[in-house]
Amino acid sequence: MTDTTFQSDTVPASLIKCPTGINGLDEITGGGLPQGRPSLICGGTGCGKTLISMEFLVQGVLSFNEPGLFMSFEETIEELGQNVSSLGFHLNDLIAQGKLIVDHVYLERSEIEETGEYDLDGLFIRLNYAIDRIGAKRVVLDTLETLFAGLSNESILRSEIRRLFRWLKTKGVTAIITGERGSGSSLTRQGLEEYISDCVILLEHNITDHIATRHLRIIKYRGTVHGTNEYPFLIGEEGVSVLPITSANLQHQVSTERISSGVVGLDAMLEGKGYYRGSTILVSGTAGTGKSSLAAFFADATCQRGERCLYLAFEESTQQIIRNMRSIDLNLEPWIHQQLLHFHPSRSTMYGLEMHLALIHKLIQDIQPTVVILDPITNFLTSTNSAEVRTMLTRLIDFLKIQKITAFFTSLNTGGSSLEHTEITISSLIDTWLVLRDIELNGERNRGLYIIKSRGMNHSNQIREFLLTHHGIELVDAYLGPAGVLTGSSRVAQEAQERLAELERQQTLVRKQLNLERKRRTLQAQIETLQAELEAESIEVQYLLEQKHQQEGHLAEERNEIARSRRANLA
Amino acid sequence: MMPISETGDNPEFWVLRLYVAGQTPKSLTAFANLKKICEEHLAGKYRIEVIDLLEQPQLAQSDQILAIPTLVRKLPEPIRKIIGDLSNVERVLIGLDLISQH
Repeated sequence: MTDTTFQSDTVPASLIKCPTGINGLDEITGGGLPQGRPSLICGGTGCGKTLISMEFLVQGVLSFNEPGLFMSFEETIEELGQNVSSLGFHLNDLIAQGKLIVDHVYLERSEIEETGEYDLDGLFIRLNYAIDRIGAKRVVLDTLETLFAGLSNESILRSEIRRLFRWLKTKGVTAIITGERGSGSSLTRQGLEEYISDCVILLEHNITDHIATRHLRIIKYRGTVHGTNEYPFLIGEEGVSVLPITSANLQHQVSTERISSGVVGLDAMLEGKGYYRGSTILVSGTAGTGKSSLAAFFADATCQRGERCLYLAFEESTQQIIRNMRSIDLNLEPWIHQQLLHFHPSRSTMYGLEMHLALIHKLIQDIQPTVVILDPITNFLTSTNSAEVRTMLTRLIDFLKIQKITAFFTSLNTGGSSLEHTEITISSLIDTWLVLRDIELNGERNRGLYIIKSRGMNHSNQIREFLLTHHGIELVDAYLGPAGVLTGSSRVAQEAQERLAELERQQTLVRKQLNLERKRRTLQAQIETLQAELEAESIEVQYLLEQKHQQEGHLAEERNEIARSRRANLA
Repeated sequence: MMPISETGDNPEFWVLRLYVAGQTPKSLTAFANLKKICEEHLAGKYRIEVIDLLEQPQLAQSDQILAIPTLVRKLPEPIRKIIGDLSNVERVLIGLDLISQH
């Protein structure tokens, strides 16, 4: 027998799970609640016990075709119906279809006199009858501990509750029993957790910095590997969703498709192609460096491709962004009218982080964008501590990656702190990280842009000067000279200086050329003079030679004459 | 509320319902205790209805019964509930409002 067969034998045999159908809860419990057994959900007032239990039943009917029974010891049927209608559950429809029974157990201590021995057979009969009537597979008892308030004989109650849980098991229903959080270390007021050995889930409602966050934690789950973390959960308009801190696997599909950043110069820095689709982009920088402008251009590029873009603005209103972008020749309004660009301005402090997440999830589901912009994410840091922001962003990024949505975050650096300071917590989640920074020189501030990292591409390592002009964003190669990187008017000045120097060099050259020419001409003239002299001299010499010849001729003739006259022998 | 015909002309007529689940020792004790108390205090002006929830389980929900045995004083109004085997006579009398609590 090999290891693999050993494993495959044991793992599925461990426990049959009953999927709850609640977003995320099945993920962290490895498939749901233990099938055919009672589970305990406990927590303080208003932490969502009833809603989670009710969703378990409603999802059972809607998604798994398992009828359910809700036995309420606290709220009446009408109250319950009203409470869960805010989650989009219509109990009356389900009740009318015979898929759900809601039974309100009315128990008022003042109306009941106890005399001697009794048991809770009435409750058992009631449960049994209701379960059999609709063939319920799921049962919720909310909140069983109310019995302790209505009846005084605790020893009877305890033994009967023990019997009840045994009975539920033999009945084979998957049950949720809710319990109110007790004081001190006990999970429930009456110690119900002692009776339920299979699965105990604790709900908490923590308030940090005036913002409430609900958390869910699995205290015990026998026979199952479960997450022990506190998982934030939220109650939204479409029910409860539990958000795993990170999805268990990093196996989302990645795209090799590239999409334009909306800025030509920036695309050029990213191999000329832009970002990867589905990647996560962070633009960080100090105030007023143009982060939102980059975001707006990216949104514009997205809409130009005919894709939808969701812009979550946490600082500015829609109108303000539109007005501001017009000043750099970007008109976003047509995209809004074409329903391609969806602005969603809200204050980050308006809700807790998990509520923001829920809203973002919902917006994404409604709008189905391919690009989501959060401008800026740093506002969350003011609302709560950075560890929670990190988990929230991790969850958000995971969610977006799975949906192949490109995420664009802006992040505000506070002046004075290290440039990469605030992003340390999330930098590992980011695929492409652009930094906009002020370059202060000679009494002026200019914007510089560079890429800290961009996974999976050979990006530029240069600092570019980032110009916001009346006709959009321009990226200019910063001046690199002996004095370092120059931007803005220093760059312009330097460039002018260079042009001047160039001109001077040019002029010098021309002057030198002229000089040379003059020299050449002078020399030529000298040469000509000399030549003329030479000629004159050679004529002179010729003349002399001729003279000499003539004279010699004359002399010979004279000598012949003389000889003739002397009658000398002629030679 | 619908008019109650059972009372007839006698406003002092008592209708007592005892909810049981089968012939358990507790149910039998409760019935015996109830019979005794009624004979002593309400002779001739009472009726006991025994309802076995095993036979009529739907009544458990409609009549809000949890504990077994449960005695319900249907008449005279208001409705009173007494749970247990009715072994404590004094408490039963208090519960039925036959004697004052003080």
